[in-house]
Amino acid sequence: MLLYILKRLVYVTPVAFGVSVVCFLLVHLAPGDPLSAVLPADATQATIDEMRAAYGFDKPLPVQYLIWLWHVLHGDLGVSIATGRPVLGEVSRAVVNSLILASVATVIGFTFGTLFGFVAGYHRNSLADRAASALSVFGVSVPHYWLGMVLVIVFSATLGWLPPTGAGPDGSGNWRPDFDHLRYLILPAVTMSVIPMGIIARTVRALVADILSQDFVEALRAKGMDERGVFKHVVRNAAPTALAIMGLQLGYLLGGSILVETVFAWPGTGFLLNAAIFQRDLPLLQGSILVLAMFFVALNLLVDVMQTALDPRIERA
Amino acid sequence: MLSRLRKLGARAALAGALALSASTATLAQGTLRIGMTASDIPLTTGQTDNGGEGMRFLGYTVYDGLINWDLSSAELASDLVPGLATSWAVDPNDKTKWTFKLRPGVKFHDGSDFSADAVVWNLDKLLKADAPQYDPRQSAQGKTRIPAVASYRVVDPLTVEITTKAPDATLPYQIAWIMMSSPAQWEKLGKSWDAFAKQPSGTGPWKLTLFAPRERAEMVPFKEYWDKDRVPKLDKLVLIPLPEANARTAALRSGQVDWIEAPAPDSVASLKGAGFTIVTNAYPHNWTWHLSRVEGSPWNDVRVRKAANLAIDRDGLKELLGGLAIPAKGFMPPGHQWFGHPTFDVKYDPEAAKKLLAEAGYSPAKPLKLKVAISASGSGQMQPLPMNEFVQQNLADVGIQVDYEVVEWNTLINIWRAGAKADISRGVSAINYSYFIQDPFTGFIRHLQCNFAPPNGTNWGYYCDPAMDKLFEQVRNTFDKAEQTKVLEKIHEKYVDDALFVMITHDVNPRAMSPKVKGFVQAQNWFQDFSKITMATAGR
Repeated sequence: MLLYILKRLVYVTPVAFGVSVVCFLLVHLAPGDPLSAVLPADATQATIDEMRAAYGFDKPLPVQYLIWLWHVLHGDLGVSIATGRPVLGEVSRAVVNSLILASVATVIGFTFGTLFGFVAGYHRNSLADRAASALSVFGVSVPHYWLGMVLVIVFSATLGWLPPTGAGPDGSGNWRPDFDHLRYLILPAVTMSVIPMGIIARTVRALVADILSQDFVEALRAKGMDERGVFKHVVRNAAPTALAIMGLQLGYLLGGSILVETVFAWPGTGFLLNAAIFQRDLPLLQGSILVLAMFFVALNLLVDVMQTALDPRIERA
Repeated sequence: MLSRLRKLGARAALAGALALSASTATLAQGTLRIGMTASDIPLTTGQTDNGGEGMRFLGYTVYDGLINWDLSSAELASDLVPGLATSWAVDPNDKTKWTFKLRPGVKFHDGSDFSADAVVWNLDKLLKADAPQYDPRQSAQGKTRIPAVASYRVVDPLTVEITTKAPDATLPYQIAWIMMSSPAQWEKLGKSWDAFAKQPSGTGPWKLTLFAPRERAEMVPFKEYWDKDRVPKLDKLVLIPLPEANARTAALRSGQVDWIEAPAPDSVASLKGAGFTIVTNAYPHNWTWHLSRVEGSPWNDVRVRKAANLAIDRDGLKELLGGLAIPAKGFMPPGHQWFGHPTFDVKYDPEAAKKLLAEAGYSPAKPLKLKVAISASGSGQMQPLPMNEFVQQNLADVGIQVDYEVVEWNTLINIWRAGAKADISRGVSAINYSYFIQDPFTGFIRHLQCNFAPPNGTNWGYYCDPAMDKLFEQVRNTFDKAEQTKVLEKIHEKYVDDALFVMITHDVNPRAMSPKVKGFVQAQNWFQDFSKITMATAGR
């Protein structure tokens, strides 16, 4: 197992390097000037040149990349052009907020997705199956920023039950586990949980249906095992795939929640990315993307290891 | 007995207090929470970023300039008034030397004295790269605002002399951009602008008490503010960045904020229906097509320029925007003090437009074909896509066929800076741009002075007319305010009579607010005064 983990870590290194090159280049190759958003529109060329030199944008791209990589390897993601604050601090705070939101959304999505998936898989073609499938199709297809706006209109603007924006009543941007802060988490978490719920429900339904039709289930039943025992076998066989899907979904939720976080002004990575793109804040954009990409890589590694632990056949393969 | 008397007395006092509070029940000082369009709290150190919104919320609140804007009237276009300088005058014998007499007894929020030394220190903060207090971030925002300044010196503790590179009567407008930060606070905080950002100190009517980056800024009144009329009435002013229009609207509807900047136009009717107030006013803003005047441009023919101006149904466009626009009658909004008396009537007259185009050799059957750069969004750009589609249809009706190059806002800024001849402009013959036109330089000079053609400035279209340049020189050399206004009127008349832009509309800077917000006077200015506002306890 240890050898497997080490092997995986070695595989991850070139991936991480590739990710750093891609995220550096993508941001640089996009049109527009990184200083446009922060300088007055009628700034003189001399002022623009001075700022370009101050941020090192006047150097050739490979040199810029090496300087950036050197700093990144030393834990320095640079300084935001728009705010002048260290990118690492900005990203770290946002990652914590996004993790909280993504975790809660994943728990909701996973719980209901698994539940719907099992119900539908066990009772194929029944009314429950159709209802669960309809819900999962809705979850996958509904634009979640639109759903977010609908929830805000209903629960914030009309009923006045839940706050529509921010992470807490004090506006500090730091979420805390108490009732006041929980109220701010509910709407964005529910909105974000809809996609993983749909995907997990559909996957689990297919898995359960497939497992139930396999010979070993018949054999278990023929041997006299009760349905609880069979259920345990079904869960054990479905778990690695469901786990992999959930891991990926957590990754997507962390990186792909720009719209939801923007709609709810939730101070996470999506909100930060939106601000960075809007302001064309290159260091912040690069830092955020890099951290998110690395998070994805780490999450994949973790899922692989967990899958192997659950199903040793994977390691042998 | 004594205790009974005490109880009676207490009840009487309570009744009296209740009666008093009932008489003033509708207005409490309260907290005003504003949802801004910015995605972060603007720079808090003095010279702000985020353009006009930054200056509005963290410039003229926490800080003052030597010269301020008079923001007290909703009816008149606002003008300059004494701020930290009580008076300013140019030397009659040397028109490059200006003397600023400073207001005595002014204190910074940290208790230190405002003086001539502080003014020089603040100018060094922006202009002198080797000064210890030089701040590249503030400099990037402020240096371009004072292009005329050559040098400055302390004459005495309450007098500063500023020398300009050449005679320039527009200096007071430039100086009104420059905010005065406290040197003592900067020293106290270890000479660090990052530390200063968290505990800033200006002389303005508001003191910043909380700064949570990207989340929130809170201000309380500075009771010792020098202008007693402008000591804020509110207990607290809170700024919350909410860049997404729907999130801002939801925050207002749910009572999370009391005021939002720029509500989405399609939400205005329902907000009004729900009892919210929509406040609008004219202000120095315009939404135009800036025309290329390089060799071969079809806009070099005045008949084409006039025809385009006559082809646009501005009232229809206003309807499209839910009434949130002022149809252009010139480059400045109608009623502006520099409007003058142009002879060319900017109106909707498609027949006259067709006639002019026919004279120029075009018709709907043989249309003039053009390419114009527009953006999909952007600060001040209003609703650029539907608006330009509307204009495109209007122009097609008279024989001008337009294709759009739709670019991202930052790219359009780069095109604007680069000029019509640059490759980045992709051969377009006009760009759709909304302008801040608050002073003679931003309003007129920068767009059309010959030597401001790129790369020296933002005369995007390379327009050059010695007669116009002469008028610009006259503005710079006319130090009497009334006389200067006359010259500015002449300039505006030439802008309109020569149809130098396709003048389309002006924004009205809509704000949506809870009916609890009382006493707000929306000045015809990019900046606003929050001092007179109170919050009613009754209402939504």
